[in-house]
Amino acid sequence: MNSLSEKLWKTKKFSTAFFVCNSLKNYLKVGFMIHIAVASGKGGTGKTTLSVNLATILSEKYNYNKTVLADLDVEEPNSGLFLDGKLKLQEVKYRMVPEWNEEKCTLCKRCANVCEFNALAFLGFSVLVFPELCHSCYACSELCPENALPMKQRRMGELKHYEISDKLDFIESRLDIGVEQAVPLIKLTRDYVKETFDNDTLVIYDAPPGTSCPVIEAVKKCENTILVTEPTPFGFNDLKLAVETMQELGNKFGVVINRSDANDKIIEDYCNGNNIELYGKIPFMREAAEAYSKGKLLVDEIPVMRKYFETIAERII
Amino acid sequence: MKEFKEIVVISGKGGTGKTSLTSSFAALEGENTVIADCDVDASDMYIILEPEIIQSEDFYSGKTAKIHTEGCVHCFKCKKVCRFDAINVINGDFVVDELNCEGCSYCFHVCPTRTIEMRDNLSGNFFISKSRLGSYLVHAKLNIGADNSGKLVAKVRDEAKRIAKENDKKLIIIDGPPGIGCPVVSSLTGVDFAVVVTEPTVSGKHDLKRVGELLKKMKIPGGVVINKFDINPEMTEEIKNELDNYNLKLIAQLPFDKIFSDAITVKKSVVEYDNGEIAALIKDSWGKVKTLVNNK
Repeated sequence: MNSLSEKLWKTKKFSTAFFVCNSLKNYLKVGFMIHIAVASGKGGTGKTTLSVNLATILSEKYNYNKTVLADLDVEEPNSGLFLDGKLKLQEVKYRMVPEWNEEKCTLCKRCANVCEFNALAFLGFSVLVFPELCHSCYACSELCPENALPMKQRRMGELKHYEISDKLDFIESRLDIGVEQAVPLIKLTRDYVKETFDNDTLVIYDAPPGTSCPVIEAVKKCENTILVTEPTPFGFNDLKLAVETMQELGNKFGVVINRSDANDKIIEDYCNGNNIELYGKIPFMREAAEAYSKGKLLVDEIPVMRKYFETIAERII
Repeated sequence: MKEFKEIVVISGKGGTGKTSLTSSFAALEGENTVIADCDVDASDMYIILEPEIIQSEDFYSGKTAKIHTEGCVHCFKCKKVCRFDAINVINGDFVVDELNCEGCSYCFHVCPTRTIEMRDNLSGNFFISKSRLGSYLVHAKLNIGADNSGKLVAKVRDEAKRIAKENDKKLIIIDGPPGIGCPVVSSLTGVDFAVVVTEPTVSGKHDLKRVGELLKKMKIPGGVVINKFDINPEMTEEIKNELDNYNLKLIAQLPFDKIFSDAITVKKSVVEYDNGEIAALIKDSWGKVKTLVNNK
């Protein structure tokens, strides 16, 4: 910041103008893109089933310029197993980690002292970098008085963009085996979606399971989130955790009961008692489990299933 | 030489039956084991084991920046260096977006007026309990949105090891998290054997291969239980054909049966709930796992 803008800043007028511009810019950019996340506390409740079938229905029945399904479960991306399409783009995704330059280093230990993640260690007269511990914050690199830790690209995974139909696109990112941090790749995938599509796009995010950082990265700033659960004590317990997460984030959300059966009441009572909207149910059917096992879409294979997804689509849009 | 063995149950894909199987193994061992629930994100083991908590502790990990308005000279240095978009300017004040903050302290180091404070995060709790089966259970609860970098998982495992040592237990059974990222790597490090639970679906097979590669990379021997094998017999065969590529042994294949969800509904493990074919298959699998671990 130069001194002129600092002075302007202090006069508050500048700051107000700055905010108006910024929020206007954001509004114009994302105002007409709708983001819906499909999440769940517990794994295996049917996030992927719901995502792929719902995206198919939405692209067929609604008049968005494009419907985009993005698989953000980068540790185990599965949505692509249910969709066939033309590969439009494939790119390797990197993040930045420091690389030690022995010649420049004076062994001052500034880097190891600033690193909060123990990603740098001194071993005798050398510095060891542990890339899996590094959070790419640049502190060590930029605070090094000798520029002895330049940031270098490190591969973390791959993004693929497919065209499924003229109305439906599919994007998946896949973390390389042995790469531990999912969040940076999820972030880059969301950035890709933001940069690639413009107005009048409906985006469905297939989120990872759980309630920790990767999920937050996938669901934050979504206009709506669908929490998928199943009517078992495990499903119910994890649903409550997922609901707490959404409330903490202040996200709008609703619930879908998958493998719905005679035990639905525990979920329904909880939703009613807590003013949580039930977006729909998907009944338990062995045929559905079999179709899923073969990588088939339920809305194509089992005609009676279609209406359940249509109901959910109507409620979330 | 460790005095005890550690067996982890993982799956890659969620919902294949990890906890159902782990709780059955736990029931078969009774009080002879220590159970560690490492799915700290969505831990469910306690539902079946109905533990009585003996000890509960806060778990701190990582930091979050806090900018004090007094003293801030609006120099923008913090905002400029932050790579996580965590510093917003709201009505002229610099405010940290706690969800975005990674706790790297870069802003703290560049702030010329030392107005930024780095505060420790209370990221969850861990518990040491006695299960209704008589075994010890170490479990945890990660706070909402907390950083699941595997540190809490490591803590749960450390406590389980300490208890095993102190009480002369020869076995630790770990219920692992889904996926292949930090918490999984943390659950796998240094274990003696991994039981991978999968299902014969396109996703199950896909995820099993990724877990298989991870185990190979970490040099951990493992075996596979194919749950619901009769949902898709061809896929079951395909999965069996893959096992050799990852040096994984076939431990068992279990048929699709409502017993699994019925048992959970009454908060029992499958072997306690049922005395038929399924229970016999699970007992047999556990026997095989123990043989594989001991002959390692």
